[in-house]
Amino acid sequence: MSPEKMVTMANQIATFFESQPGDRPALVAAHINDFWEPRMRRQLFDHVAAGGKGLKPLVIDAMDQINEPVD
Amino acid sequence: MKDFIIPWDDSDKGTPAKTGAPVTLTVDGAAVTVPEGTSVMRAAYEAGITVPKLCATDNVEAFGSCRLCVVEIEGRRGTPASCTTPVTEGMVVHTQSSKVRRIRKGVMELYISDHPLDCLTCSANGDCELQDMAGAVGLRDVRYEYGQNHFDPTGDGALSLADAKRRADDTDLPGNFRYMEKDESNPYFTYDPSKCIVCSRCVRACEEVQGTFALTIEGRGFDSRVSAGTPMDDFLSSDCVSCGACVQACPTATLQEKSVAELGTPTRAVVTTCAYCGVGCSFKAEMNGDQLVRMTPYKNGKANRGHSCVKGRFAYGYMEHPDRILSPMIRESIDEPWREVSWDEALGFAAKRLKSLQKNYGRRSLGVITSSRCTNEETFLVQKLARGVFMNNNTDTCARVCHSPTGYGLGQTFGTSAGTQDFDSVEHTDVVIVIGANPTDGHPVFASRLKKRLRQGAKLIVIDPRRTDLVKSPHIEAAHHLPLRPGTNVAVVTALAHTIVTEGLADEDYIRERCDWDEYLAYSEFVSDPRHSPEAVEELTGVPAEELRAAARTFAGEKNGAIYYGLGVTEHSQGSTTVMGIANLAMLTGNVGRKGVGVNPLRGQNNVQGSCDMGSFPHELPGYRHVKNPEVREIFEKAWGVTIDPEPGLRIPNMLDAAVDGTFKGLYCQGEDILQSDPDTKHVAAGLAAMECVIVHDLFLNETANYAHVFLPGSSFLEKDGTFTNAERRINMVRKVMAPKAGYADWEVTQLLAQAMGADWNYSHPREIMAEIAATTPSFAGVTYEKINELGSIQWPCNDAAPEGTPMMHIDGFVRGKGRLMITEYVATDEKTGPRFPLLLTTGRILSQYNVGAQTRRTANSTWHDQDLLEIHPHDAEVRGVKEGDFVKLASRSGETTLRATLTDRVSPGVVYTTFHHPDTQANVITTDFSDWATNCPEYKVTAVQVSPSNGPTDWQEEYAEQAAQSRRILPAAE
Ligand code: SF4
Ligand code: SF4
Ligand code: SF4
Ligand code: FES
Repeated sequence: MSPEKMVTMANQIATFFESQPGDRPALVAAHINDFWEPRMRRQLFDHVAAGGKGLKPLVIDAMDQINEPVD
Repeated sequence: MKDFIIPWDDSDKGTPAKTGAPVTLTVDGAAVTVPEGTSVMRAAYEAGITVPKLCATDNVEAFGSCRLCVVEIEGRRGTPASCTTPVTEGMVVHTQSSKVRRIRKGVMELYISDHPLDCLTCSANGDCELQDMAGAVGLRDVRYEYGQNHFDPTGDGALSLADAKRRADDTDLPGNFRYMEKDESNPYFTYDPSKCIVCSRCVRACEEVQGTFALTIEGRGFDSRVSAGTPMDDFLSSDCVSCGACVQACPTATLQEKSVAELGTPTRAVVTTCAYCGVGCSFKAEMNGDQLVRMTPYKNGKANRGHSCVKGRFAYGYMEHPDRILSPMIRESIDEPWREVSWDEALGFAAKRLKSLQKNYGRRSLGVITSSRCTNEETFLVQKLARGVFMNNNTDTCARVCHSPTGYGLGQTFGTSAGTQDFDSVEHTDVVIVIGANPTDGHPVFASRLKKRLRQGAKLIVIDPRRTDLVKSPHIEAAHHLPLRPGTNVAVVTALAHTIVTEGLADEDYIRERCDWDEYLAYSEFVSDPRHSPEAVEELTGVPAEELRAAARTFAGEKNGAIYYGLGVTEHSQGSTTVMGIANLAMLTGNVGRKGVGVNPLRGQNNVQGSCDMGSFPHELPGYRHVKNPEVREIFEKAWGVTIDPEPGLRIPNMLDAAVDGTFKGLYCQGEDILQSDPDTKHVAAGLAAMECVIVHDLFLNETANYAHVFLPGSSFLEKDGTFTNAERRINMVRKVMAPKAGYADWEVTQLLAQAMGADWNYSHPREIMAEIAATTPSFAGVTYEKINELGSIQWPCNDAAPEGTPMMHIDGFVRGKGRLMITEYVATDEKTGPRFPLLLTTGRILSQYNVGAQTRRTANSTWHDQDLLEIHPHDAEVRGVKEGDFVKLASRSGETTLRATLTDRVSPGVVYTTFHHPDTQANVITTDFSDWATNCPEYKVTAVQVSPSNGPTDWQEEYAEQAAQSRRILPAAE
């Protein structure tokens, strides 16, 4: 998927949880763990490793609770 | 083929059922107890006695005009009509006294004196109540002389049409001004005024059952006749929506299906379920041998209660359409023509390709798409194919593009992804919010039931950018219509909640008892913020603040408030958030957990509910249980003898992205046309073109098949057994009435493919698949075919706690425990209008066509809608130089297409609207890849566009048509 599209999707999730009470990075991470297939999470990790351009801070904060795909 | 014998009494009891205190009376010496308010006629029926009747029928209120049903009642003078006389305690009724017999004979004699004597050649021969009644009353003679009548075109004394024809050569016939030609304008039924007995059953059915008010009785006395619309109209040009209720009600051949005239009266009937929309109407497939003669709504169907719409009732001809593909086909690459091959060769070819892809690109390179059109059993097998044979969770369904936000939103707030009520519940509703749904077109039978309640005085609030028919139609007027700007649902729903909370209208007792109080406090602080007030969001939403406040007060002010919503809610980048907002509104006003209330998603397709229940989504095993949970995986691992991937799989848009990236290579797509139905057609086409094995399993060479390597012919709902689950969670039986035309039912084909891949699957009947579903899925634990047959249908959950199913959810508390009020912050979609694309396009569907139209376009339903039109406000049209009927170019940042424009103020200035039923329009070339934040449900309902005059198809449309024609070539079968 294009990096822009992935960034949009991750940011949309972060935007929703920004308004929610609770541990927001954990909520974002749980949502991404539940719904993002390993390839998509791989792309997210690679994007963050490359600087994470365009990602909201909440996505970056969630990264250490997002499961890194193993394969 | 073994027939399913109808076990329930389906005969006409004369007048509608009543609910009231028991009343006991005697009819012809037999004592009978019935509810107060019941007619003498119906009481007699209950006592086993049929009173002759013509103008009464049990799905409309009695009218008392024919006087054939007269009886004598001890202690009363005269001979009252039994259909209009209510029972009283101790009443003694005689239905066969010599006096009433004499009256009945006289009545019949009069009727027959103005009726042609063509019984033997009449299309209703054997299925005519006039004929039956003539027999029942013992009519043996008609003593009237030939006189004024409606049936003899010659005016020359002919007593039948046959007789009239014989005389027609005679040149100086007097003629008969009362005779009217048959109206054949409707493609499915005819109106023959010469046979009408003016019982007005049709008029009452159109009013009471359908709610369209298309029919009237024109003229008085002997001159009166049924008329559709104004005297200038025929049925087709009138307001008639071809629901068939009048045809069903008509006791004679006056209103008659053309198929019966052609094929003869049916000799057997099988009860089955409509395969179009999520209302899930029960029908009788009326047959001669394996020839389907007609579909008639089944009175004991609990979703439809004997009503139907034009699609289920009449639009089944696609199944015999010459476009249907009946032989499997394969090709090496998509630029080659198709080759017809045997089932063995096609399945072998497919399995070999899939296996080599699996080997070369890894097990996650394959996936499936299940269909909401197919049965639960078929869907279960397709996701099992992904999980147990492909060994991954790459399974998704077309519900992705419609109701996936419902799953997420209701799951979060209530704890389960399903509507809370049955349709009967609407009969107890006092105020209804319809948001983002157009039920008169999309869910017509539900709309008729809703309109009936509205005519009884329930209030209606419509939240929709368009002035839909429900806003104002005969005898219906919405108390409030909030014409919001597309994309601002969350702001409107939150402003409604703001008004309810800040004006002290919230039901705090209910919230304290049922919901998490701390969450409510946080929520109420959030919604009370002045930035959520109707005044603050007025400019954004376009909804006048006063009107919005008034609507909130109306909703909170009535006892039973229900919310019904459709894809206008879900198909947005904030679709899931709006669903949560709707659940919030229901909880705030104490409207979940009893009759007449609730949150009710109107499901698009027949089995959207079922396909979601059956584990079609890539993150969930059947019964909405996440694949990450080892204890859930274990259930299926034990049952299937495989190891299930704990990682969520790809959703449809993710599959296409991965295909373009080169990591997703093979797809089995059952009964689904993603190229036409999914957004951003060009991206879908690129994804499909990048795959190396696309298997399309369908009735027709659909648009997706243009990119397929294997085509497996599908079976229609008449050719297989199984179940569909409608929007009420009702599991309805689908019964095979004829052998599969291509040799196999769809579930068999999936099994053959699994076997070709090496799986050890051995189902011999869908009943066994249901047994596996019940054994693995707690909400289906008590479901068996035997039980469905016995009860007619079952609403899940059905288990030890609810052995007969669950009509209503969350009665004593929410499934998740405490209901959860969720904060719903409005976030503007990224899809914004600007100088290049200043208008907002929203999409929808129309009554006569169904989604991508693969079926309805192949029936006479196209008489009503033969192309997609662009609705545009006259003001927007004028500044662009667009006139009614002009070809216009519709462009977005994704692409452009052309279609004809129609000018209407149903849409507000700044908004345009179209349907998506025709492939040559390709409305999805326009829609973008924006999607719901939680579920990736595409944002169909908001696209920034520009409209300009045009003189013909765009280059894309021409190229597309060329590619499609090329790719549909079929080589003649090798000898
Ligand atoms: S088909 Fe339906 S809408 Fe048309 S006249 Fe008959 S009852 Fe009314
Ligand atoms: S058309 Fe049929 S139902 Fe209607 S008034 Fe005539 S006979 Fe009765
Ligand atoms: S309302 Fe829906 S289920 Fe009922 S007949 Fe029409 S299309 Fe079929
Ligand atoms: S059936 Fe009762 S008056 Fe016609």
